[in-house]
Amino acid sequence: MKHLIPALLVLMAATPALACETYTVGDLTIEHAWSRATIGAGRPAVFYVEITNAGSVDDALVSIASPAAASPMLHETVVTDGIASMPHAMSIPVPAGQTLNLAPGGYHGMLMGLTTALNEGDSFPMTLTFQKAGDVTVNVEVLSLRAEGPDCVHAGQ
Amino acid sequence: MILGLGGAVGSVAFMVGLGAWRTRDIVPTDPRLPLPVTAMDWSLTDHRGATVTPANWIGRPVMAFFGFTFCPDVCPTTLNDISDWLEALGTEVERLTVVLISVDPERDTPAVLADYLSNFDPRIVGLTGSLSEVQKAAAGFRAMFEKLPRDGDYTMNHTAGVFLYHADGRFASIIDFHEDRRFAIPKIRRILT
Repeated sequence: MKHLIPALLVLMAATPALACETYTVGDLTIEHAWSRATIGAGRPAVFYVEITNAGSVDDALVSIASPAAASPMLHETVVTDGIASMPHAMSIPVPAGQTLNLAPGGYHGMLMGLTTALNEGDSFPMTLTFQKAGDVTVNVEVLSLRAEGPDCVHAGQ
Repeated sequence: MILGLGGAVGSVAFMVGLGAWRTRDIVPTDPRLPLPVTAMDWSLTDHRGATVTPANWIGRPVMAFFGFTFCPDVCPTTLNDISDWLEALGTEVERLTVVLISVDPERDTPAVLADYLSNFDPRIVGLTGSLSEVQKAAAGFRAMFEKLPRDGDYTMNHTAGVFLYHADGRFASIIDFHEDRRFAIPKIRRILT
């Protein structure tokens, strides 16, 4: 019985996925960094993340870089008159006191030139560069192609 | 344009309603509306290698959308939405034909589509073919797609809505990209009856 509680704690600590890790740089909190599995390395992968700016100064996500892909780019899915297009986003605002979501159907990272196919359960590092806060490297968890986001249960929720 | 379509669908339905008791004349097709399946003309290949023409769709309600497998965001999102809707509708959708028409036939061969679709609801059929046949299909739906060169590669802009058709081939409605399932599911139910 004595060993059961520590064992449970270890299990619980291991359960939250990588995508549920939280990173901070300056006033920014970065969490829920995830991607979808790809079919082979020939097709682009996607990158989604949530960035909260708790500060009083506006910031912006200006680039992403990863050893997993030769040319990662920031894009926005825009549907105009029913037509979906994916313009390049030079810089994505992270306004003071707000949360920026890179999420399915909106802003996202497009990872072209994958080094290797992404399989569910893999993870890879991604360096996000912010105009003011600078660089932060996060772990990106690869979820299934069917995933709509990581399933995170935060302490206190 | 989608909003305009909604209005057009409403007014066509109104005209049909008005005319029904007076005449049996055929209401002229609004040029902005997708054609009925019976007026379409194309021949594509499904992800199992079989030839499919509009005639194959008659007799079953149809849910069709345009996409491509190199699309990292919109297409998996739509496929996930559709897979969720099918799951929610359960056995009601047994008769439904669900189709992804590739706007990138250059890269999307039947084998590539089969590989890609194996990740989603097994009822989703992939269609591809020659560029000219895909263009004919898009014209029938009044859908649009274009190839955009990008960093030595290319991407596609394309109509993102999901088209719904009655079993007799009449156009029913469009589910907009990422439309809330509270609206999407009743739209699908309407073509199932």
